Amino acid sequence: MQLEYFHMIDRIVDLKVDEKTIVVEAQVPQESTIFEGHFPGYPLMPGVLLIESMAQASGWLQLGVFRFERMPILAAVKEAKVRGSVFPGELMSIEASLTHEGSGYAMTEAKIRVGGKLRANAALTFTLIPFPNADMRSHMDAIAKRVGFPQQAISS
Amino acid sequence: MSSTFDQVATIIAETCDIPRDTITPDSHAIDDLGIDSLDFLDIAFAIDKQFGIKLPLEKWTQEVNDGKATTEQYFVLKNLCARIDELVAAKGASA
Repeated sequence: MQLEYFHMIDRIVDLKVDEKTIVVEAQVPQESTIFEGHFPGYPLMPGVLLIESMAQASGWLQLGVFRFERMPILAAVKEAKVRGSVFPGELMSIEASLTHEGSGYAMTEAKIRVGGKLRANAALTFTLIPFPNADMRSHMDAIAKRVGFPQQAISS
Repeated sequence: MSSTFDQVATIIAETCDIPRDTITPDSHAIDDLGIDSLDFLDIAFAIDKQFGIKLPLEKWTQEVNDGKATTEQYFVLKNLCARIDELVAAKGASA
């Protein structure tokens, strides 16, 4: 995880395109400038970054299901709950499922667990847009490689 | 069973917090009811679920942007309901 670059996801653990589910891991760093302010003496992951992490997990799921033909962009956050804090050094396991495929939009439900315990969950809505340019597409391809996106899952 | 319009009007009223009695078959979802594109996604989702269809929003938007259709053809509620009925009928025919 590189918080300053919004690289929230470290590894795709399991992508099931047919079942429209994904599990990813995100290792919260021990140190970050973000923790210097949030909060001095009691560092913890900001709730908005937990939501961003669930959105990115949902994003990888959609890139898989839609075979990189569309780029999902977060449009709405519903029913988001931060049930417990996430602290520096903790490993987040994030699961997401695609709950609805609309025309030009999609909806997911996502959960963050640490050590098996639920820390946050949300229902998210995304708009699906064509990749706006080649730079963004190549950027996503590079990140896909870094997080171990299973190309074989969408090659059949 | 309530009409397509009654069901759609109820969805719009509940989703966008618009008084039900202000929604008529001649209401334009965007121009008259002030529904923006993001709120319309919630309406589309509810319609998709309720009628078991997939509103082709991307196709409609493209047609409007290309000047091949007007927003009135898709977003005046009586026209929207006619499209929904067509999609439901097409789904039934292909089942």
